Amino acid sequence: MASLDARPAVGGVAPGLGSVPFILALIVAAAAIFGAGKLIGNSYAFFAGYVVVQYIVLGTAWNILGGYTGYVNFGVTAFFAIGAYSTVVLYKLVPALPLPLMIVVGGVMAGLVGLGTGYLTLRLRGVYFSIATLALAVVVQTLITNWDFVGGARGAYVLRPRNSPILGGEYMQYLFMVMLGLAVVVLATARAIERSTLGYGFAAIRDDEAAAEASGVPTLKLKLIATTLSGGFMGMAGAPLPYYVTYLDPSSGFSLNYAVNAIAMPLIGGTGSWLGPVVGAILVGGLQEYIRVTISSAINVLVVGVLMVGFVIAAPQGIVGLFQRKR
Amino acid sequence: MDVSLDLLINAIVSGLLLGGFYAAVSIGVAISFGMLDIVNIAHPAFILLGSYVAYIGNTYFGIDPILAAVILLPAFYALGMAVYQVYHVAFERRDDQSLRGLSFFFGLLFISEVSLVLAFGVDYRSVQAPYIGPSLDLLVIQLPWRLLVPFLVAMAMVVGLQIFLSRSFIGRAIQAVAQDQLALRLMAASPVRIKRIAFGLSFATAALAGAVLIIIQPVEPSIGREYIGRIFAICVLGGLGSFGGMVIAAMTLGIVENLTSTFFGPSWAPAVSFGVLLITLAVRPSGILGR
Amino acid sequence: MASSLTISHVDAGYGAVSVLHDVSLNVGAGETVALLGTNGNGKSTLMKSIMGIVRPSAGSILAEIEGATHQLIGLETEQIVDLGIGFVPEGRRLFPKLTVTENLLLGAFRPKARSAIHRNMDFCFETFPRLKERARQLAGSMSGGEQQMLALARALMSAPRILLIDEPSVGLAPLLVSRTIDKIKELKVGFDLTVLMAEQNFTQAVRIADRGYVIVHGKIAFTGDSAEALNNNDLIREFYLGT
Repeated sequence: MASLDARPAVGGVAPGLGSVPFILALIVAAAAIFGAGKLIGNSYAFFAGYVVVQYIVLGTAWNILGGYTGYVNFGVTAFFAIGAYSTVVLYKLVPALPLPLMIVVGGVMAGLVGLGTGYLTLRLRGVYFSIATLALAVVVQTLITNWDFVGGARGAYVLRPRNSPILGGEYMQYLFMVMLGLAVVVLATARAIERSTLGYGFAAIRDDEAAAEASGVPTLKLKLIATTLSGGFMGMAGAPLPYYVTYLDPSSGFSLNYAVNAIAMPLIGGTGSWLGPVVGAILVGGLQEYIRVTISSAINVLVVGVLMVGFVIAAPQGIVGLFQRKR
Repeated sequence: MDVSLDLLINAIVSGLLLGGFYAAVSIGVAISFGMLDIVNIAHPAFILLGSYVAYIGNTYFGIDPILAAVILLPAFYALGMAVYQVYHVAFERRDDQSLRGLSFFFGLLFISEVSLVLAFGVDYRSVQAPYIGPSLDLLVIQLPWRLLVPFLVAMAMVVGLQIFLSRSFIGRAIQAVAQDQLALRLMAASPVRIKRIAFGLSFATAALAGAVLIIIQPVEPSIGREYIGRIFAICVLGGLGSFGGMVIAAMTLGIVENLTSTFFGPSWAPAVSFGVLLITLAVRPSGILGR
Repeated sequence: MASSLTISHVDAGYGAVSVLHDVSLNVGAGETVALLGTNGNGKSTLMKSIMGIVRPSAGSILAEIEGATHQLIGLETEQIVDLGIGFVPEGRRLFPKLTVTENLLLGAFRPKARSAIHRNMDFCFETFPRLKERARQLAGSMSGGEQQMLALARALMSAPRILLIDEPSVGLAPLLVSRTIDKIKELKVGFDLTVLMAEQNFTQAVRIADRGYVIVHGKIAFTGDSAEALNNNDLIREFYLGT
């Protein structure tokens, strides 16, 4: 598994930057965005920015399975909420634990659930996996609603510390920075996958699974790697949520909006590469934020649904695909 | 735990009735998924649309909820044909059913749910009818009419559609279309037309299923999602493509869910269908009753 | 009520691969014409071109049915069948999970065939008593010979005027092949059909054919105006029978 992950593209076939310069570029971009936020100095900028970056992470995580292998996970909320509720549990048990560690725990929990669901259903046709993930969202919600320790149906309060641990300033700035860091990790991973034999294996599954299987690609193993990674990253995206919202209940933690956004953004941006979910998250996330402020929050979620249906019908390759075709 | 026999019998009998209702909810997917191989995960959202149609007819015009759904059957049929046409042109013909076709239905599910929230808010809505409230008492068994009527409507739908599918030219073509499309064309039937009709029928069942849903329980826009797991659990368990298997699976699930909520509490019931679905997929994906 | 088929200068193929080159052929009213050739020479492609399953890139395919002439190129398969042209495809293409009776009833989907449904069904059961015995059995569970009979019967249920049969002998034991060929003759007479039959079993096909064409590498290599002409042709012996 590890050797598959790390192997570079054969003979430098893949164009563009190498992995290390790409990661450096991502870090520079993240630092610049954070610096710009500091310059604006308005806490709204951090709140809004957090949401968009969270969707970059969520959309990219979904795309690792959906876009690269073609298996559709509708249970985004299950994985996202597992991450969020892991943090709630840790907050109650070991409140002193630093947030990055909570994120790791949330990611591991969600990754394990992804592995389990995949193990049970990925031997079958892809639609069964999709249906199982839809049902998974309902069942995880049922479990959490019935679990009094994390507040059950009433929900749980999480106290957001006043100050940021490293940088000073509001804690929200720290949350934003952590989410930016997560985005760097997830994007670097997604791009590394694209350029590794793992990525070629995923693409083979997406294009023709039977042929891939026949030519010796270990399809089940690759699919399980994808589900675990994808689920784990979704959990990581959800882990800081309790500190962001400070009050978490099942109906907000399992809001269908997360699932629709996480699926709509890659589909709108383009599912072929790491860039698509980023473009989708920035455009759609920004548009949503704009509509939410200017019109209403009910309309903004409707717009995402309509955009997604419009794009899958009229522009199946997404925005990135539109530009590639014109060139 | 104090398990009284009366409680057990009542739980089983009302589970059977509930299962009949689940058959009404699932029959549309038994057609679209089982016979056409189209994974319409938005079906529960259109069932909910049916519930709100029944609600409007009942609240504003004083019509019986089932009658309101019957009046709107042609509109649902036409909507289903239109949705299929879009699906066919955008996904089936491009051979892109899995990723984008599924996402299309997911988008429809979401759009329909949000539109209902915008139109009716998130409050629970219910209907009035003479059969909501009273029960039929048979010795120790209590049969509430609000479960009995949906059960009868469901059985009428199953029997009616079964007769249509086995006795009419179009019905037989619907059964054949997933088996071999070229062969169907050699029978002078256009597969696209046949699928359009079948998909329209599948939508029409959603109108009636929605009406019986709002008779059984008050509805709000997001409860459709609870039914996705249930419906697909029933269809997979029943073995795709057979109504008989689907009805038996629906009743089994109804009984198991009812026993679960009687003995563990109603908040656990939604988890049952997922368990059934996962076990079926893991152990015997062709369904317990599949051919 | 004469029905005939005229194919002129047809080119056809699959994507970049062209299979048929300038094929012309005609089937006169009431004739049984054999299209002969070994595997991979284009028999099936020609049959599929007539039925609209393969789209020819050039040429014309005219069908005269009950006095009206139709250009078949550009029509959908189901429209061609609806005109009165039945097709028994290679591999039979039955509906395996439907019963024998249901398969036959689907054959009569064509509106024009529905009025004669009982008469045609009786005739099919009379010609193939085995199908009557198996009426309620699933088509997929029958033997190859029975399936071929069902495929023939199902095509006839659409009350065609012209019948195209692709490789009726494939996968059948020798005794069944000759019986199937006899049945085709019987059906042709009973229904007053015009028949075009693609077949690689030369001796069997020539038994019931009035005339025949030999197709080699996608071209008509020989036209035999009678069964004797086909039997006695050196070219056939050399290229086709390999003797």
